[in-house]
Amino acid sequence: MVTFTINGKVVESHASEDTPLLWVIRDEIGLKGTKFGCGIAMCGACTVHLDGQATRSCVLPIGAIAGKAITTIEGLNNEHPLQKAWVEEQVPQCGYCQSGQIMQAATLLAANPNPTDEEIVSHMNGNYCRCMAYKRIKTAIQRAADESQSVVNIFDPNAQDA
Amino acid sequence: MKKLFQKNSETVNLNRRSFMIGTASAGLVMAFAPALFSGSLSAKESITQQAFSPTIWWTMSAEGAVEVSIAKAEMGQHIGTALARIVADELECDWDKVSITYVDTHEKWGYMVTGGSWSVFQSFKPLSQAGAAGRIALIDAGAAMLGVPASKCHAKKGHIIAGDKSVSYADIVKKGEFNRTFSSEEVAKLPLKSANKRHLTGLKQDFKALDIPAKTNGSAVYGIDVEVEGMLYARPVIPPTRYGSTVTNVDDSAAKAIKGYKGFEVLNDPSETVQGWVVVLADNYPSAIKAVDAIKVSYKKGKTANITEADIQNESKRLCEQPDSGTLFVDEGDIKKIQADANESLESMYTTATASHYQLEPLNALAEYKDGQWIIHTGNQWQSLTLPAIAKALEVAQEKVIIRPYYLGGGFGRRLFGDWTVPAALTAKAVGKPVKLVFTRADDSLFDQSRSASAAKMTASFDKNGNFTGLEHAFAAGWPTKAMAPGFLSPGVDGNGKFDAFSASGADHWYSMNSHRARAINNEIAQSTFTPGWLRSVGPGWIAWSLESFIDEIAHKQGKDPVQFRIDMLDGKGKQAGKAPESVGGALRLRNVLQKVSAKVAAVKLDEDEGIGFSVSSGQERTMPAWLATAAHVHVNRESGKITLKKLYVVVDAGLIVHPDGALAQVEGSLLWGSSLALHESNTYKDGQVSATNFNTYLPLRMQDVPDMDIEFLQSDEFPVGLGEPGVIGVAPAIGNAIFNAVGVRLRDLPMKPSEVMKGLKA
Repeated sequence: MVTFTINGKVVESHASEDTPLLWVIRDEIGLKGTKFGCGIAMCGACTVHLDGQATRSCVLPIGAIAGKAITTIEGLNNEHPLQKAWVEEQVPQCGYCQSGQIMQAATLLAANPNPTDEEIVSHMNGNYCRCMAYKRIKTAIQRAADESQSVVNIFDPNAQDA
Repeated sequence: MKKLFQKNSETVNLNRRSFMIGTASAGLVMAFAPALFSGSLSAKESITQQAFSPTIWWTMSAEGAVEVSIAKAEMGQHIGTALARIVADELECDWDKVSITYVDTHEKWGYMVTGGSWSVFQSFKPLSQAGAAGRIALIDAGAAMLGVPASKCHAKKGHIIAGDKSVSYADIVKKGEFNRTFSSEEVAKLPLKSANKRHLTGLKQDFKALDIPAKTNGSAVYGIDVEVEGMLYARPVIPPTRYGSTVTNVDDSAAKAIKGYKGFEVLNDPSETVQGWVVVLADNYPSAIKAVDAIKVSYKKGKTANITEADIQNESKRLCEQPDSGTLFVDEGDIKKIQADANESLESMYTTATASHYQLEPLNALAEYKDGQWIIHTGNQWQSLTLPAIAKALEVAQEKVIIRPYYLGGGFGRRLFGDWTVPAALTAKAVGKPVKLVFTRADDSLFDQSRSASAAKMTASFDKNGNFTGLEHAFAAGWPTKAMAPGFLSPGVDGNGKFDAFSASGADHWYSMNSHRARAINNEIAQSTFTPGWLRSVGPGWIAWSLESFIDEIAHKQGKDPVQFRIDMLDGKGKQAGKAPESVGGALRLRNVLQKVSAKVAAVKLDEDEGIGFSVSSGQERTMPAWLATAAHVHVNRESGKITLKKLYVVVDAGLIVHPDGALAQVEGSLLWGSSLALHESNTYKDGQVSATNFNTYLPLRMQDVPDMDIEFLQSDEFPVGLGEPGVIGVAPAIGNAIFNAVGVRLRDLPMKPSEVMKGLKA
């Protein structure tokens, strides 16, 4: 038996310790927003937060998460600026990868509220979108960064009056 | 090709039905009835009694809320929003009060298929008329309530208005009694709104898709998310060949130690959809994954167990080289004479490698037998093709099977024929419990309906002045339609043989040529090794690679500018003039988008080893042309051969654009699919199966590879055509032509590889 928190709630799983967290989240706890895509941490559809870090739950055995805090897409409570930006920019097509995309992007903005284009690409490149809505994913992250309260103003000497 | 699907099904032809508008359950109901509806029952009676199986297309509640039924699969195209918008534009209701409901496969919904980029194209007229009929009924009822003649009233945003008096739709529905039938003749006369009266559809409209919010918070339900009481999980053991393998022994001793393992079933499938299949059961899915890995199944392997990609490709090339192989798809002028008289000719062989779908949600289906009926929970695109296979497998009547709709985690053609539902249903039948069969990514890849590898032999003839006189285009591949829907094969233009129009479309281009022959050839090795699939953009997606690359080769051979050469052939004469309603303007519209994209890039400054290449494409079929011109700006690294796609410029004329932001999203996605198939992704058959079975070896384009995109839609009031696929078609040849313009290397194999660039540079 493994005890951990998910979206702020303490849960116990009776699955064997080598069971990937993904299946415990989906089939035991019943939170279906986290998706199965590849099973080998190559697509990002299963991305959740493990103590605040973006993690591929399809390869994470639950034996490794005792006492840790997991957050899934449902744990964002529809309140995350990225979720609003995803609707504003009309990002999802089929939508299957989008929970993972949003969870991945959330850790970027948490660490770096004002990411450059290159920083977005480098942080998001491991997440596949088979509909290839990449352009809008990037734009939505920029929008959420721009609209976020926590935007850090970077000193830009070129913007100063001579 | 649309016609092909109508011949077997009267029900799909909505235009031949009458409309009924009646009051039921304290609301207003709009339904289609069969054309033969005799009128012995009133509209209201028919609707309340469900007589003649009326198909309810929208209802309006006493609060004025409109619910539109959607008989299409939602797989990212936001189809429900577009279709509801079409109804609402004519109905003049308040868009904020519109919702959509996806329906199951009850026969009353008629023929169900979501593919071919057909949905808006086919639904536009009947759904516009469904909205218009409702508006007319509401105007009549509203006029009576206001005490004015109907001719003095108009409808606007959920109200009937006459001068300074008005009444809301909600009040009309609350108080009114509707009982009205529009005969099929009356329906045919219902006028469609002119473009300047449209306020919910068209390029200037900015609105959001109804399905998107649920796809940002985890609440959207896909097939893989469904559970029912008492179900078992299952995973298939994929046999060594797609066809003809038989199970000789199963040793599950190593699986027995796995917690939750519930045994296996060797399937016997009367429909022969699956052959040599074992399905492993467990009370949880990770145990089913482990159990399949542990179980040892022995087979008598099918005949294709040693087939390789090279076997398939060599066969296609061999077939293309034969002068009279295949079925005649186009035969204009006299190609034999032109070739005999030619002073010179130009020949090229083009190929495309196997490509896989890799829709992100792996195949899955939950099958349960309940209350005398088989219920299949799965996301499926072509239910009317899938249902008969399930019924045959289960040996029950088709009415005893129903497919419930869910969001599709990507379709791209893989979810058209639902072959994966058959093993789920057979396993559920065998164990007498609901079974949820989920494929792992590797299982899904091995059971994919690959886009067949292809070859195309191009032959251009030139007279003694060096002028181009004729084109022969012979192309070979595995044919999806032959494998999955053979009744839809088309006869050759000379009456001989049959061919898969979906694997030929695009060769019947819009250029005027003196002589033009296109031969569609089936590759039997591909056909027997796997189930060739319809993959986004289907035939045009690989046929345009040879055609549009070779058009540049012909232009260069004559010393002509490839854009001008195309413009000269896009004269809109004869059969290229187009016809109403779907292709008004014909080739001249294609010429227009090409001229526009050419002007757009005229001022682009090119650095060293950069080039811009062009292509034109005309959608999925001549009877539904989306006119696109593509320009690709590439850089080629002469040291490594690396091809960098810097920017795509596309001009689109697709008639009226119903959902502009959705259309833009489809073009963005399809251009990147085109880029991915051109430069990044391919598979390889080895030992009878694809060798790349997960995202570590199958490598579609990722975010780092995304080029800039400049996409322009032309304002048009012409009939709307489909846009889900056409963006894919022109990208590869535009890139190939750009590479030639950049460094003088002509690539003829897809995907384009740096190693081939290097070979060309050294040659």
